Amino acid sequence: MTSDKQQSEKGWQTVVTAWSADKEVFNMPWGKLMMWIFLLSDTFIFSIFLTAYMNVRMTTTAAWPSSSEVFALTIGGHHIPLVLIAIMTFILITSSGTMAMAVNFAYQGNKRITFWLMLITAALGASFVGMQAFEWTKLIVEEGIRPWGNPLGAEQFGAIFFMITGFHGLHVSCGVIYLAIIANKVRKGDYDKRGYHIVEITGLYWHFVDLVWVFIFAFFYLW
Amino acid sequence: MTHIAIAEQLDDSHEPGGFVTKYIWSQDHKVIAIQYAITAIFVGLIALVLSAIMRLQLGFPDSFSFIDPSSYLQFVTMHGMIMVIYLLTALLLGGFGNYLIPLMIGARDMVFPYLNMLSYWTYLLSVIVLICSFFVTGGPTGAGWTLYPPQAILQGTPGADKGIILMLVSLAIFIVAFTMGGLNYVTTIFQARAKGMTLMRMPLTLWGILTATILGLLAFPALLVSAIMMLFDMLLATSFFMPAIVSLGDNLAYTGGSPILFQHLFWFFGHPEVYIVALPAFGMVSDVIATHARKNIFGYRMMVWAIVAIGGLSFVVWAHHMYVSGMNPYFGFFFATTTLIIAIPTALKVYNWVLTLWRGNIHLTVPMLFAIGFIFTFTHGGLTGLWLGNVVVDLPLSDTYFVVAHFHMVMGVSPVMVLFAAIYHWYPKITGRYFHQGMGKFHFWLTFLGTYAIYLPMHYLGFLGVPRRYFAIGDSNFIPDSAQTLNASITVSAIIVGIVQLIFIYNVIWSLKYGKKAPANPWGATSLEWQTPDTPPKHGNWGAKLPVVHRWAYDFSVPGAESDFIPQNMTDSEVTWVSGQPPQDREKT
Repeated sequence: MTSDKQQSEKGWQTVVTAWSADKEVFNMPWGKLMMWIFLLSDTFIFSIFLTAYMNVRMTTTAAWPSSSEVFALTIGGHHIPLVLIAIMTFILITSSGTMAMAVNFAYQGNKRITFWLMLITAALGASFVGMQAFEWTKLIVEEGIRPWGNPLGAEQFGAIFFMITGFHGLHVSCGVIYLAIIANKVRKGDYDKRGYHIVEITGLYWHFVDLVWVFIFAFFYLW
Repeated sequence: MTHIAIAEQLDDSHEPGGFVTKYIWSQDHKVIAIQYAITAIFVGLIALVLSAIMRLQLGFPDSFSFIDPSSYLQFVTMHGMIMVIYLLTALLLGGFGNYLIPLMIGARDMVFPYLNMLSYWTYLLSVIVLICSFFVTGGPTGAGWTLYPPQAILQGTPGADKGIILMLVSLAIFIVAFTMGGLNYVTTIFQARAKGMTLMRMPLTLWGILTATILGLLAFPALLVSAIMMLFDMLLATSFFMPAIVSLGDNLAYTGGSPILFQHLFWFFGHPEVYIVALPAFGMVSDVIATHARKNIFGYRMMVWAIVAIGGLSFVVWAHHMYVSGMNPYFGFFFATTTLIIAIPTALKVYNWVLTLWRGNIHLTVPMLFAIGFIFTFTHGGLTGLWLGNVVVDLPLSDTYFVVAHFHMVMGVSPVMVLFAAIYHWYPKITGRYFHQGMGKFHFWLTFLGTYAIYLPMHYLGFLGVPRRYFAIGDSNFIPDSAQTLNASITVSAIIVGIVQLIFIYNVIWSLKYGKKAPANPWGATSLEWQTPDTPPKHGNWGAKLPVVHRWAYDFSVPGAESDFIPQNMTDSEVTWVSGQPPQDREKT
């Protein structure tokens, strides 16, 4: 797939050549393409969740709770809106950075640093889930918001918030486990023969979960 | 080592050993395909029996004490859901997709055989959960296969306590199974084709399966999301789809939800689902017609683009199922337009099938009979689709038997016709034996004529205004008594057609043992699956070396060639030409 002829082509011509060639359409390992297709499918899941959320929010007649109020924390007597979510978002985006570094070191063949970077990524992910649990606890215990009811207004607020952030949190938790397993296998040298594409594939998933968070953040906290 | 080299290697790590690894925990795509097919046909038979029971009630009301109104609704619901999802989707993609993809592209197996095996076992789990719902208190859900809220989860609907939960859980598990299989199918077709097998040389079967699988991967998420949300409405008392409701004088705890949202989500899945079922059928019927008419498929490139165009358009037509839902009338305008546009590539395909038959050397074998039968039933169902796609025609016909007749013709009978054609066509490759021709022809004629005996009168019932899903028509001013006579006749035809299917099952099992031994390529077909060194193909499919492809899949009756077909893996110099060398002015494919 990487003959000299194809490298000399430019723009759309490379796409046409790749698609009409025999063998592979995409110049990547099977697992990586499969992850891309899975993420495309998963994108549809989250898009439909968020579309449903927009529909619910626009059609409900009851008032929607103000995001700067309901997601605020009182720290040392100061009322700070969106402080927790800002920290959570920062952590998750930082974890994308460490993941990208892990991919880089994996292709260089540096197993030890790859292992540690993946572990740091997993730890950041786990702390994100932990803070999400804290946020949920605050909403449930202090504000009294439930999936089936909401003292601050529209009943659907709690339902859709818990469902979508919960579904995302589930993705992050799965990612943490996935990262831990792959990191351990990298440390043991299981991929010495097969190559380190797997780290990049894991990274694809992780970046996707991050990207989804950006949309959830925008739709829930900034709207 | 490049991944191309990995494909070439004979991977013996999951070579079957004993009985268990060969037939049960098998990672071989052919065994998984057969497991999928047997499970799907088994649940399909359950759904067939359910439809027979429904017809008994409709044809001879109040004659059978075991059918009461709520069990009737349960039979309607389960019949629809099983047929669409657990039979057609599973058999076309899980069965034929698994069997044909690696063989047709010249690969040894799917790219991830273990995931493929997991896909089947997850599918089996979803079927078991579904069947469990027949045995819980209250029975399976009777909400209709569309599961519209609010009635689906309100007391009073059959199975509103447990049946609906099992239904939704089963659907979610099915989607997981489909995703695991679907990722494999798409990746395999994209990345693991044999040398020389360009995308534009693939048999149309693969184009159909590829496009349908992509549709599935993008459409099933909508069903998954709506199933999750409805489960929450049911179990956590959220109000996604549930408006404020007064039931028996009590205010229910729901408030402010949107039932229309569910309809949008459901049909965003539901309409592509029609094409998930139809596109593989389109592909397979093209190959059957070309092979048995000894002619290249007419307009191959157009056929490919038509499949892709139908796949794309199928995502923007969903609300034509919702003209009567009370949505904004401007939506009706938009969706009627897109619906009529989708008729263009579809009609193009029908013309091309007919033009393939035109002056072909038609062999009226059993698969060919079913393929020609498909052209009839599909054209018929497609034309009534044009009617229902128009808002003004749909409004009076909505929720009548006209709709029932339409969708049974177009997405019930037509894909089933192709399934029969495909099973008869590939049977010699899968088992190494011929099926019994006489039984096959008998099966075809009774099924084909029976189809018309069942569904033609239903169109008329629809015009009369007979509503669908009703337990009994009763006395209505606008429905003449003769409608009941027609219903009785439909029931008799349906029972006969149902019994005839037992002949098919008997034929498949009988021929397994007593059928005449078949050669490797009994139909003189060109595509790769007929060129395997062993019949049925062994594990790894191709022996020591993968095939190399030199031409497209439709070199039938090539001018100047001695044989009336040239297999895809044959070079020009291997072909015996009448004049001793290939004609000079031949177009290369």
